Amino acid sequence: MTKLTKLTLTQAREGLAQGEFTSVELTEAYLKAMEEARPLNAYVLETPEIALEMAKESDKRIASGDTGHLEGIPLGIKDMFATEGVRTTACSKILENFVPQYESTVTSHLWRDGAVMLGKLNNDEFAMGSSNETSAFGPVVSPWQRDGDTTPIVPGGSSGGSAAAVAAFLCAGATGTDTGGSIRQPAAFTGTVGIKPTYGRCSRWGIVAFASSLDQAGPFARTVNDAAILLRSMAGYDPKDSTCVNRPVPDYEEAVGASIKGKKIGIPREYRMDGMADEIDTLWREGAKWLEEAGAEIVDISLPHTQYALPAYYIVAPAEASSNLARYDGVRYGARVPGKDVVEMYENTRAAGFGPEVRRRIMIGTYVLSAGYYDAYYLRAQKVRSLIKRDFDLAFAQGVDAVLTPATPSPAFGIGEKLKADPVEMYLNDVFTVTVNMAGLPGISVPAGLSADGLPLGLQLIGRPFEEETLFSLAEVIEEAAGRFPVEDLWWKS
Amino acid sequence: MSVDQATVRRVAHLARIAVREEELGHLQNELNAILDFVEQLADLDVSGVEPLTSVVPMELPMREDAVTDGNCPEKVLANAPDAEGGFFTVPKVVE
Repeated sequence: MTKLTKLTLTQAREGLAQGEFTSVELTEAYLKAMEEARPLNAYVLETPEIALEMAKESDKRIASGDTGHLEGIPLGIKDMFATEGVRTTACSKILENFVPQYESTVTSHLWRDGAVMLGKLNNDEFAMGSSNETSAFGPVVSPWQRDGDTTPIVPGGSSGGSAAAVAAFLCAGATGTDTGGSIRQPAAFTGTVGIKPTYGRCSRWGIVAFASSLDQAGPFARTVNDAAILLRSMAGYDPKDSTCVNRPVPDYEEAVGASIKGKKIGIPREYRMDGMADEIDTLWREGAKWLEEAGAEIVDISLPHTQYALPAYYIVAPAEASSNLARYDGVRYGARVPGKDVVEMYENTRAAGFGPEVRRRIMIGTYVLSAGYYDAYYLRAQKVRSLIKRDFDLAFAQGVDAVLTPATPSPAFGIGEKLKADPVEMYLNDVFTVTVNMAGLPGISVPAGLSADGLPLGLQLIGRPFEEETLFSLAEVIEEAAGRFPVEDLWWKS
Repeated sequence: MSVDQATVRRVAHLARIAVREEELGHLQNELNAILDFVEQLADLDVSGVEPLTSVVPMELPMREDAVTDGNCPEKVLANAPDAEGGFFTVPKVVE
């Protein structure tokens, strides 16, 4: 049955349509793989009964010819998406028993199109982290290991469970959320494809809120085409999210394999950072060469405010988080820890329910929004954000179709390796991805090579607003040139 | 700018997070590391720059002022740690 789990989503969909196997068979194969892979801790909740029930229904629809375009495809869902009747925790202790009474818009789109839910995937607590080590369920172990070294490696974060599950063949695809790089960085760390679409492309309704002006949902997949199929389902207008944009969703699959002849690709000089590993720089140049060979025009560009994106992010995101997370008060949902009065009850509940990274970010956010500091921090950061967006607007106005950058400044690191340093050390992981959220643009991470010690490396392409199709076309060129990077050694099975 | 322990205590209270006395020093160091890092924004001249309010130019959509949801008190209370008689409960707030 291993063979079924190794199929790409595109191949699985074809096999189901041709009657080569059933959705129940495919789902059973994944459920077995999930059971064997529990040491990776990618899933925080397996839902085999729901999965098999959905698969049976799917097989009936396939038999009757009434199919959606994800018909019978088993998926994993990041635990940030509310799933009706299925525990949803954001991997926080404060929501450990939360069972949503409603379904998120994005997941409801997936089920509308016939997909099957395998379970809920691990992530950093409230999606705050870059290594999946802040989860209340403990870290996720990457299916990747360094050559000749069994040190457990992080899958990246915050969507670490999604990235690990897709790379380890524990689902055909997965959902993620990305506030500062939480889809693209783990995709790069695990040799998978991840796209954060334009802000407003996917509805945020029913996704546990972290920083509302930055959060977007997007898919993880093993190929560019698989990611295109998933995004088509996930995207789309939703009146329940007032920032969700009412414009038609293209068939992204059609863009995969389209010619990139004449596309202008910007290489921003500010992304060539001091101390960047040679192998990252080499990969970046190679990526530009592949695109050029396929007919694109490579131009040097300047995005002068790049270095200010990460510090501005660490004001804006915690500020919004401190407001969003005010709702966890021990009254309406979640655990309650008693106190002598209502304020002490709030304080005890939140101290016990939030982990250290979440507490830290709420406190930073509270501080920068507090009386006397708002102008110096939050307002200034939002002005810097205008400058960052303007940098991209100017590049696009000069005819640049997309910007090529490394996805991360380094390959994945070992579990625990970065926890002892100060928090900023961990934040630097998102230096190349965070600009994209600050400007609301689409960004895709595509595997492009391996590091000297055998870990995956990714390249990022940043597009104009709502031009995800261009990103899929360009990413496919890189995928074709670089080849794919599947995990070869399923070491956790032994 | 850096914070002292009294500020850490005040911010924790504003954020409604109980902090033990022995945690203050550690928290102070972490918060100051982050504040040091964001300090570089002060180098930038932002005069005349409008703050970003929306990344996608769009008007706030309006809908008809109508009830679209409701009549589901049991769903609303389903996850409450201590619901009673169709209400959320809190410790006594008025003497």
